[in-house]
Amino acid sequence: MANDPPDAGTSKEINLTIPMLPNMEITATQTAEAVARFMEFEPDQIDAVKIALIEACINAFEYSNSSEGQVYIKFIMNPEDLVVIIRDHGQGFDPERPAALPKKHRGKGLTIMRGLMDHVEIASGPGGTTITMSKARASR
Amino acid sequence: MTNDLHVQVRKESSYAVISTDGYINNVGGEKVGEIALGLVDEGYRDLILNLEKSNVVNSIGVSILIELVERIQDVDGRLYFCNLTKVIAKTFTIMGLAGVAGIVATEAEAVAALAAPQGA
Repeated sequence: MANDPPDAGTSKEINLTIPMLPNMEITATQTAEAVARFMEFEPDQIDAVKIALIEACINAFEYSNSSEGQVYIKFIMNPEDLVVIIRDHGQGFDPERPAALPKKHRGKGLTIMRGLMDHVEIASGPGGTTITMSKARASR
Repeated sequence: MTNDLHVQVRKESSYAVISTDGYINNVGGEKVGEIALGLVDEGYRDLILNLEKSNVVNSIGVSILIELVERIQDVDGRLYFCNLTKVIAKTFTIMGLAGVAGIVATEAEAVAALAAPQGA
């Protein structure tokens, strides 16, 4: 059936590009919610994907210094999990030593992503940053 | 869900309840903070923040809420959070908010906690 979640052995992708403008991360969460619902995720799993995605987006908005001002998001619907890839073409950073932030209580975005998703991988360099994170269908 | 955070305030005799509806980001966090501190200025030292209709937050908004908790504690006030989604509760724990503020399941539990003497 056309509305069934992906079968074993098949993956489907959705690509989304958002500008680095205030609250555009919400646009990304609306797509994430639609995708996760289609994959029959539980409500808590959907919330986790949305909040992790928000953190990845605002990380790019605030710290990438990207001159083109775009964030590229790819949702990959696999039979066993949802993979979300967030990419910017900014200046990059060292994920093991994030920049010291001037304000108290800040700088927990990566920790939140790692706490809410099953797997988070960060690749960053002078050409930009790519965060790959996944959530299994029946985890947590 | 819209991007704007809507806030309602209910004042009781000894405490006030702030109920949010929407995204708690930097703007939303500051809006909650201004309202809460306004209530403190009016003499309310015990506050409840009911997040029943907020299912997304970001780390900037949560950091503002942590600062709010600290400012309320500076004037010997108390702030309880209630009706958090499971994921927001986990986010609060990761951010350290759960360690500095009271988090309970329902508004009734928050009222009961505030009825207890401070330090009990």
